[in-house]
Amino acid sequence: MRKRNIVSILYILFLLLPIYWLVAMSFKTTNEILAGFSLFPQTWTFENYKTIFTDPTWYWGYINSIIYVSLNTVISVCVALPAAYAFSRYRFLGDRTLFFWLLTNRMAPAAVFALPFFQLYSSINLFDTHLAVALAHCMFNIPLAVWILEGFMASVPKELDETAYVDGYSFPRFFTTIFIPTIKSGVGVAAFFCFMFSWVELLLAKTLTAVAAKPIAATMTKTASSAGYELGLLAAAGTLTIIPGAIVIYFVRNYIAKGFAMGRV
Amino acid sequence: MRAYNQKAWFFVLPVLMLVAFNALIPIMTVVNYSVQETFGDNVFFWQGLDWFEQLLRSDRFHAALGRQFLFTGLILLIEIPLGVAVALSMPRKGIWVPVCLVTMALPMLIPWNVVGAMWNIFTLPEIGLLGYFFNNILGIPYDMTQDPLAAWITIVTMDVWHWTSLVVLLSYAGLVSIPDDYYRAARIDGASNFAVFRYIQLPKMKTVLTIAVLLRFMDSFNIYTEPFVLTGGGPGNSTTLLSIDLVKIALGQFDLGPAAAMSLIYFAITLLVSWVFYSVMNNQSDGEG
Repeated sequence: MRKRNIVSILYILFLLLPIYWLVAMSFKTTNEILAGFSLFPQTWTFENYKTIFTDPTWYWGYINSIIYVSLNTVISVCVALPAAYAFSRYRFLGDRTLFFWLLTNRMAPAAVFALPFFQLYSSINLFDTHLAVALAHCMFNIPLAVWILEGFMASVPKELDETAYVDGYSFPRFFTTIFIPTIKSGVGVAAFFCFMFSWVELLLAKTLTAVAAKPIAATMTKTASSAGYELGLLAAAGTLTIIPGAIVIYFVRNYIAKGFAMGRV
Repeated sequence: MRAYNQKAWFFVLPVLMLVAFNALIPIMTVVNYSVQETFGDNVFFWQGLDWFEQLLRSDRFHAALGRQFLFTGLILLIEIPLGVAVALSMPRKGIWVPVCLVTMALPMLIPWNVVGAMWNIFTLPEIGLLGYFFNNILGIPYDMTQDPLAAWITIVTMDVWHWTSLVVLLSYAGLVSIPDDYYRAARIDGASNFAVFRYIQLPKMKTVLTIAVLLRFMDSFNIYTEPFVLTGGGPGNSTTLLSIDLVKIALGQFDLGPAAAMSLIYFAITLLVSWVFYSVMNNQSDGEG
């Protein structure tokens, strides 16, 4: 670390401060939190975490979130792969318009869609299922996945496709056994971003669920308001929501920056 | 050069169907509401364009729109230069690179309402780290539930904390794509640091920066959950951004007609600005390639 790194060091400190505070608070007792300011927990307690791991309404929140996020990631990447291939290899009637239209769905304010989504998914009997949230999140994740994958695919030379055909590969076999392995880092990056945006979104997830598929984030808001001021519990639940993201990001750390840079709009 | 092939439509079809299902049906529902009036019980009356006219003249809408533009403007003005500065100061090689990237991406992976709750805990006047620091150590009165200015500073700082890393990651990706030879040549020419930035680094970052501006514009313009959890739009209406106001009208007062009209105008504004960015971006890449 040299002198010119000072800006990034300060920036990282700024990023870590609120996270530190959240984690520190999760180990404090409610009494200690309300009694006054303390930089470190005076009496360490694991009660908050124990509550979360033993109470089904809490830990099912995590399971629900992970189910619909995984479902969404799988659907988004699977349908985005062929579409991205089409955009990167062929020109067809209305391709640019279609691409822009896909991107506009990334621009739609979620607040606009909350109520219509509720009605739509209620009318097809999917309300309060994991599938409903997974499908709803496709609205902004599919465009993003297509965008990222298209960038990665465009950097693969066309000669690869042609050689495979000359060697007698059929298209489906070429696509699954040669092409997808070639761009596997792109698939990883796309999956990462789908995971991320589905994991952090709350408004739609909350609107589309009631009990059976309720996300962890919604369990938290309810606790915050109904149980009064259980800040320690809230902090512990918040801390636990950081962990899945941190694990996923570790696996794609070398590609995340590349993922966006390669995407050509 | 890409070949013309209309069969490519079949490849796009699954995406098209899924996105259309999610986008077209709800937007038609919204359009349908926007031209009708309801008093409940699913009874609707034709209203024409009255809601749109009313909305475009309402002070409440103008105020929310103004706050929204102020917020988005501040976000872009702070996050873009800060993100570039951080990216420039990051190490290019070595074990610190993954450490930096992972810690920087961390805020983006936290659920949005947790971000709000986290900043709420962080800024509580007597027991939060930041609140305590300002009030009791620096002696500057700070309470975002009372003071609109403090509330604004807090939501802007929160967004800077949450999203600057996106700009950093993008700029960094642009920077590492510059070959070392460029820098060596610049050193031989005796170029100043500023000249290196202006003539080598900035041009290389141009494309990724446009993407950064586009993404930050869209997301900050649509922001809802974080400020809602943090300030609830208060104190008073001082941090009621467009989305918050919209949800208040639609779900709080259940005025579906006006809310739908507002949704459409809101969406149209986002679309228009994004389209301008998109065209600029396309022209750029056409010019280069």
